[in-house]
Amino acid sequence: MWLTHVVLCQGLDDGPDFLSEEDRGPRAVNVDLQTDATLQVDISDALSERDKVKFTVHTKSTLPNFKQNEFSVVRQHEEFIWLHDSFVENEEYAGYIIPPAPPRPDFDASREKLQKLGEGEGSMTKEEFTKMKQELEAEYLAIFKKTVAMHEVFLCRVAAHPVLRKDLNFHVFLEYNQDLSVRGKNKREKMEDFFKNVVKSADGVLVAGVKDVDDFFEHEKTFLLEYHNRVKDASAKSDRMIRSHKSAADDINRIASTLYTLGTQDSTDVCKFFLKVSELFEKTRKIEARVAADEDLKLADLLKYYLRESQAAKDLLYRRGRALVDYENANKALDRARAKNKDVLQAETSQQVCCQKFEKISESAKQELIDFKTRRVAAFRKNLVELAELELKHAKGNLQLLQSCLGVLKGDT
Amino acid sequence: MQLEEEVEDKFELNISITNPEKVGDGMNAYMAYKVSTQTTLPMFRSKTFTVRRRFSDFLGLYEKLSDKHTPNGYIVPPPPEKSIMGMTKVKVGKEDNSSAEFVERRRAALERYLQRVVFHPSLLQDPDVREFLERDDMPRAHNTQALSGAGFLKMINRATDSLSKMTIKMNESDVWFEEKLQEVEAEDQQLRKLHIMVDSLVGHRKELSVNTGGFAKSVAMLGSSEDNTALSRALSQLAEVEDKMEQLHQEQAASDSFCFAELLADYIRLLGSVRASFDQRMKTWQRWQDAQNMLQKKRETEAKLLWANKPDKLQQAKDDITEWEAKVTQYERDFDRVSATVRKEVLRFELIKYWEAFLPEAKAIA
Repeated sequence: MWLTHVVLCQGLDDGPDFLSEEDRGPRAVNVDLQTDATLQVDISDALSERDKVKFTVHTKSTLPNFKQNEFSVVRQHEEFIWLHDSFVENEEYAGYIIPPAPPRPDFDASREKLQKLGEGEGSMTKEEFTKMKQELEAEYLAIFKKTVAMHEVFLCRVAAHPVLRKDLNFHVFLEYNQDLSVRGKNKREKMEDFFKNVVKSADGVLVAGVKDVDDFFEHEKTFLLEYHNRVKDASAKSDRMIRSHKSAADDINRIASTLYTLGTQDSTDVCKFFLKVSELFEKTRKIEARVAADEDLKLADLLKYYLRESQAAKDLLYRRGRALVDYENANKALDRARAKNKDVLQAETSQQVCCQKFEKISESAKQELIDFKTRRVAAFRKNLVELAELELKHAKGNLQLLQSCLGVLKGDT
Repeated sequence: MQLEEEVEDKFELNISITNPEKVGDGMNAYMAYKVSTQTTLPMFRSKTFTVRRRFSDFLGLYEKLSDKHTPNGYIVPPPPEKSIMGMTKVKVGKEDNSSAEFVERRRAALERYLQRVVFHPSLLQDPDVREFLERDDMPRAHNTQALSGAGFLKMINRATDSLSKMTIKMNESDVWFEEKLQEVEAEDQQLRKLHIMVDSLVGHRKELSVNTGGFAKSVAMLGSSEDNTALSRALSQLAEVEDKMEQLHQEQAASDSFCFAELLADYIRLLGSVRASFDQRMKTWQRWQDAQNMLQKKRETEAKLLWANKPDKLQQAKDDITEWEAKVTQYERDFDRVSATVRKEVLRFELIKYWEAFLPEAKAIA
């Protein structure tokens, strides 16, 4: 394995943006989140080692809580997960959409391919080998960039959230320059998680059945459910589409190299020239196909992200629903207590607590969901516009290429 | 430029194959193709004429031409392959895309085949070819079972096997042949690889078009559930665009398959014919060598007889020698002739290849 050192220069943008090779320059300010000079977080560097990735989290802040105005720490994926889980488990944040955790960096697929390439080195020509190696490296780099972007988006969302940015754990995460000693969950804890999830989903079904008093939330519930399913479907289909596109591009690549071999071994000028030109044509067509797939990725990543976000929104609604049920149960308990005239005070306090909790969640949830909508619309718009522009650019380029190739072939006769 | 002119001068004959029609029903049904010829050549009865032919007629033509010309070293273009699967679907009357595609592919392949045949100056002179193009009804060609797709390929393979297993090392006086054979073999290998890849590409393109269609539908659903109207509209438009892409991909797959893949398959078969002609040359040489050996033996016999003083047998021996001497000269001349033919054929073959290959690429681009 090799060490890849990727330096990323991030702009001022705090929004849920998706890093791509194309837009490195200054980016338009995102409509939904304020660019806040008081706290800016980005991932300035990343290193890929044997089986882990080390992110350099860079913070710029004018807030008094930090010892310095600008500092960096090195973090690994598990520490991000720890931070996310700490948010989820914190009751105070029950009323907010917790930004979804970044997915684990997954280089297994491309590592496997690399190994296969190494084993098959003897069986192919030197050109073929270098070509495939280059391709694999490019693929590796692309996955790498994606995972960095995902982690960065998570941090930026936290930093932009008015409440979450003040979280103590978050500050520790940003500032503490030693290892956080967050170990991954051991088997027992993983089992606990599994059971918790089972209970949660069963409970979720129960809670979802309860009709909500508030129209807004009722509407949101139905909407989110449907939306989440549809996003899931769209995300899966887009993945499949991109995979076929990539396979087609791979095929074109291989055709190009075979044509090249044909062209070089033939001694007749006529055939040789034809083949060489056709090979050139195929080669660049392959590049175009690959880039088309890259923008498709814009679409696919967008959908995947909103899959996770809509899940987080659903989780919020679940928590609210849970609080509602608790509130209603507390009310019933209070009524019973009053009827029996026993433990009334206790029942009253618990009812009060539930009521407060419920109202607090409802209030913040409403705002969160509205924000979610605005964010979503803006992100979709941005990405779809960029996608369309890129597709246009590539289509034009392809057309030009074909026309020039045709000209060359005609002129040659 | 110069090549173009040469080609056009010779080409006063245009052939097209159209209107595939199903004749009959059930398992005895067959496809009849309209073969239209347009020509200014004087050897034909009229300037334009049409006949109807079926697939086995084409195979029969190939057989006749091959029997006559391959032993002389000519490269006889091979016919398209027989396909039991494809034809059965058509016979059974399955009116779907795949059988329509099959008929179209076959029609195009038959057209290419005939065009190659008439492009060959010597084959054009063959009365069988003329009869094929002109005669209104032709006797059914039998024994075309041997030319079924698998059979043909087996034949070619056997030819190449025997070539490689030749234990008698041919005393190659002309290194040109050796080089050419090597080239042909290497090219064959590459073309086969290429054919596999193009097939794979066509498959993936088809897959892509299917997946794009699925995605389009999914995006449309997403758009309908989105409550922001502008975004909803945008998403449904995206769905429409993707739908169009699906069609585009499908078309591209079809054109790739028709132009590129089919042509490659043709070339692989043509190369088989080329190797067969080389094979013929070898055989001729072998015959010549055998004749020489025989002559040598006869001479030895004569010498022995002289020594043993048996005058009656001597005359026989002398006659034998004369006979074999003649044979030797004949075979040597044959060999030279065949070698020359093969050489000319191969050069012509390369020329055709260039033109044929260029045309579909240009079409594919457009």
